Amino acid sequence: MATQRKPRRQKAAPKKAAKKGATKKKAAAASADDSQLLTVVAPDGTADAADVDLSDERKLYLYETMVRAREFDRRMLMLQRQGRIGFYGPILGQEAATIGSVAAFEARDWVFPALREGAAAMMRGLPLEIAIAQLIGNDLDRCKGRQMPCHYTFKEGNYYGMSSVIGTQISHAAGAAMAAKIRGDDVVIGGYMGDGATSANDFHAGMNFAAVAKAPCVFICQNNQWAISVPSSQQSNSETIAIKADAYGMPWRRVDGNDVLAVYQATKEAVEFARAGNGPMFLELVTYRRLGHSSSDDPTRYRDEAEVKDWEKRDPVERFRRYLEGEGLWNEDKEAELQDAIAREVNDAIKAAEKGGPTPPEDLITDVYDEPTMQLREQLRDALED
Amino acid sequence: MTEMTLLGAVTDALRTEMRNDDRVVVFGEDVGKKGGVFGATDGIQSEFGETRCFDTPLSECGIIGTAVGMAVYGIRPIAEIQFMDFIYPAFDQIVSEAAKMRYRSGGEYTCPMVIRTPYGGGIRGGHYHSQSSEAYFCHTPGLKVVIPSTAADTKGLLISSIRDEDPVMFLEPKRIYRTHKGEVPDGEHVVPLGKGRVAREGTDCTIVAWGAMVGICEKAADEAAKQGKSIEIIDPRSLVPLDEELILESVKKTGRCLVVYEAPKSCSFGSEIAAIVAEKAIEYLEGPVARVGGFDTPFPYSLEHLYMPDVRRVLKGIEKTFTW
Ligand SMILES: Cc1ncc(C[n+]2csc(CCOP(=O)(O)OP(=O)(O)O)c2C)c(N)n1
Ligand SMILES: [Mg+2]
Repeated sequence: MATQRKPRRQKAAPKKAAKKGATKKKAAAASADDSQLLTVVAPDGTADAADVDLSDERKLYLYETMVRAREFDRRMLMLQRQGRIGFYGPILGQEAATIGSVAAFEARDWVFPALREGAAAMMRGLPLEIAIAQLIGNDLDRCKGRQMPCHYTFKEGNYYGMSSVIGTQISHAAGAAMAAKIRGDDVVIGGYMGDGATSANDFHAGMNFAAVAKAPCVFICQNNQWAISVPSSQQSNSETIAIKADAYGMPWRRVDGNDVLAVYQATKEAVEFARAGNGPMFLELVTYRRLGHSSSDDPTRYRDEAEVKDWEKRDPVERFRRYLEGEGLWNEDKEAELQDAIAREVNDAIKAAEKGGPTPPEDLITDVYDEPTMQLREQLRDALED
Repeated sequence: MTEMTLLGAVTDALRTEMRNDDRVVVFGEDVGKKGGVFGATDGIQSEFGETRCFDTPLSECGIIGTAVGMAVYGIRPIAEIQFMDFIYPAFDQIVSEAAKMRYRSGGEYTCPMVIRTPYGGGIRGGHYHSQSSEAYFCHTPGLKVVIPSTAADTKGLLISSIRDEDPVMFLEPKRIYRTHKGEVPDGEHVVPLGKGRVAREGTDCTIVAWGAMVGICEKAADEAAKQGKSIEIIDPRSLVPLDEELILESVKKTGRCLVVYEAPKSCSFGSEIAAIVAEKAIEYLEGPVARVGGFDTPFPYSLEHLYMPDVRRVLKGIEKTFTW
């Protein structure tokens, strides 16, 4: 499974990445062609300095954000087990893919998330306690308790509020990018999806529309190998997900999704490519969903634990920490200090979020339309009257 | 005032509002150079350019999906679906996305967009060029559903729909696209959504009808007048939001109610109107609420004349509210 590091750095927006031989079908075709993945930091934490184009400050930001996302997930899963929130979808193992890619966009660029990009809302400024209020569904929640957990919305941060319907946001991202182009705005749209979503009709529609319109959009697929219990090898007979972009005349890259610097750099180049008016680009971030699909799923029923163990060895947070240590940017003391600070931050946020009250009954009928209709008012009045 | 067809009023509304608001864009299949298969966007691309009026790939799911993204981003998309019969690939985008955007984001994101589409029978279009599927959309909270029956209302309602802050299904009765002509105010002309109109005043029986059925009911009312029955016709103009008050007022006055529509009879929006009248005006009724609709069949080709409500069936429907 060793991640060979060739080609070390593909050129910006290559029309074609190197093609490879037959893909071996297995439950998860994860390591089928890892040798072709764009990688910057090797699993042992070493990197060629020439490959890294990022300030120390930015590197530390990426690391802290990954650690925060991991701790947040761990605590939210605990709250779920304790019955304090109803549901949670963790990203354990995908922190580099989410955080590295989102960090490569400018604040004015929009994020159209899928299931594993919740951390992006917080990176864009959504306070942790408001995120937790969303998970609880109380009156501090910006969605007013109207969606199940993990459906954040944060317009000030250009973070879009998704639905649960897999794939629909892909054409929304395309449309937003078309609108940005129509308006002449210097804005790039990030359109996220899982591997499962690439089978949905909106994948085809969104990719095609964006490409035809040469819209400034970067489509990012987090290929975590699984769509609930269906492995990516059963999702598509295509050699890779990335090559699907060829059919739309869209350049693509396959990236080691557990290497935050590779993800960051590939995304940065794709964003620049789109911003320069070249049209959309597609990134496949190859990673792995180490836990169940959500708090309601037991993955031992359908997959081999050995595969999970294998990916634990490729942990993105540890890999990046080793790199930072090697660079002299990190050490045990700093780690302990950060862990401590984040634990406190999350604790405080949970406390603040749990202070929220129940959603008021009027929230049942507001926001269906700009103004509640006479029928809606009547329905609520009828229901509340004794 | 200028006399124009209902179709011409669509174009006039688009042109008026595109001049008025540079966020408005029009797109769909064949709407550019060709000006749409019916000609509704005739001259729009040449006046406003290819950035504001453009052809899309052939994917209703993509047309509406991208329209949602545009609306969320902050421009005003008007998406044309070539025939309402082809809207189903976009059904998910309309029902799960556009309709729920405001609600699901706590009002943070909204989806002000118009989906324009020709609908309805009477043009020998068979299954796939004739359907009247307004009920699916009326059943979806978050959508507004607007259906004009005159040229002036077409312009005024379409302009209001474009200005509306929520997604609007604007259903155009294609059977009367060219057969209906009327005086239309020049320039600015707004007809608010949620306000019905009395298409004809009468005292003995209320007919509620929309789209191309209004004209059929007017002819039937002429016939009924010869038999000494004075018929009032209410055209709700928007099914959602519905002007219940106007309908109930009329029924309370006449004591009788018939609903006429082209959609399959059962579980239709006409059924809803019948239910509202039964629920809120029963003590005023002097006979049963009657419905004349299409059949509960796929839309037929050869037997379209039997399927579509016509003057004869409307007259029979009126009779049912008198004798039962
Ligand atoms: C249209 C649709 N079908 C089914 C589901 C149920 N569902 C939720 S997540 C999921 C799998 C998604 O897999 P993927 O796109 O790979 O994303 P991941 O969860 O792996 O991040 C399914 C089938 C859904 N939400 N929407
Ligand atoms: Mg997946």
